Amino acid sequence: MIDKRAKTRKAVTPAKAGVQNCLRSLDSRACPGPRSVIRGNDEIEEKGGTTPLFFLFLVVGLCALPAPAFAMHISEGILPISWALLWYAVALPFVMWGLLDLRRRSEEAPWFKPLVGLVGAAVFLISCMPIPVPSAGTCSHPCGTGIAAILIGPGLTTVVASIALTLQSLFLAHGGLTTLGANIVSMGVAGAWVGWGVFTVARRLGIPWITAAFLAGMLSDWATYATTSFELAAALHGGGSLTTMFSLILLAFVPTQLPLGILEGFLCAGVLKFVRSRRPELLRTVPAGGAA
Amino acid sequence: MKKTALILLFAGVLLSGPMCSSGRTASWSGVDETVIEKFAENAGRPAWKPFINTDQGDLLLFVFLLAGAAGGFAAGYWFRVLFPPRRKNAVCPELVEGSKGGGPPGHNGKMIFKS
Repeated sequence: MIDKRAKTRKAVTPAKAGVQNCLRSLDSRACPGPRSVIRGNDEIEEKGGTTPLFFLFLVVGLCALPAPAFAMHISEGILPISWALLWYAVALPFVMWGLLDLRRRSEEAPWFKPLVGLVGAAVFLISCMPIPVPSAGTCSHPCGTGIAAILIGPGLTTVVASIALTLQSLFLAHGGLTTLGANIVSMGVAGAWVGWGVFTVARRLGIPWITAAFLAGMLSDWATYATTSFELAAALHGGGSLTTMFSLILLAFVPTQLPLGILEGFLCAGVLKFVRSRRPELLRTVPAGGAA
Repeated sequence: MKKTALILLFAGVLLSGPMCSSGRTASWSGVDETVIEKFAENAGRPAWKPFINTDQGDLLLFVFLLAGAAGGFAAGYWFRVLFPPRRKNAVCPELVEGSKGGGPPGHNGKMIFKS
């Protein structure tokens, strides 16, 4: 019997339908529908779909906490103009390369732009999400660039991080326009490339993908804060020792960022596990067989 | 069940911070204030006020709320495009007892529904 609900189903836009059909056609491993078992006329649904909703509520709830966080972002005016320009110059080629990468990969796969949109929104939300660290009595935020780099590549992660950081510096008093280049380099370049590199190397060494994702998330977070420490130390050490100042700033970050990095590792592994179980075909472009 | 317990534990750890602040010296300031600005001030480079200063009273909470809503909407929209909601009555023939298979639904775009 033909299901009447199929006929009366809400029409989807051609673009959306195209993406979904493309995803279906790519799916050679898993059934995208619910994991249901039919015994006679009885249907038993084995897995619920509430986990993503719960995470969504959690993210929105944390964003709405009445304590706006300012964390890794270097505030407006802290860097001298020469250093600010230098970091802009360092960030620019990475952003340009990322834009070219977006164009190339969007032509290859129509579902790639929606994936970039989702990852971009997630990076924006995650990077303004205040997380209190009880052991340190301070707040900080994860970056989300580790999982972004695994899903869309390091070049595009730089682009989405740049957009997120620009919006935050303009409207959220979070970072600054003069320090935007430095913030892009620490979060969008260092975080992304370290996350991507760690995941790729770990997979090539035969480390299980979930452990590789955990390491990528954790080390990308720590790399971001290490780079921020270097940027500050390089600009502010004056006549003192660069190494000493770098070490001091890095040590000051440790009580907050050590647990947050571990948390970001779990976040990265959890997201990859979810994507792998629901849409493994999205991981076809992940280096070193991320979908395997 | 195990997954739900883990998620609740994770949420509890996150939310325990603001809830257990009484009697502690914790200020819950961001590390930019406790680390970055502290070092910058010691080096004689205090932070400027933002060019568009939304850090005035509750205005910052409002813009954070807007940003969260806009970001959440965008994330939700693209999430639904990439991960369409599961239909309760859609079944995978491979999982139907006694079925000879025929490939999972979605391969040819056809879904099988219970009558």
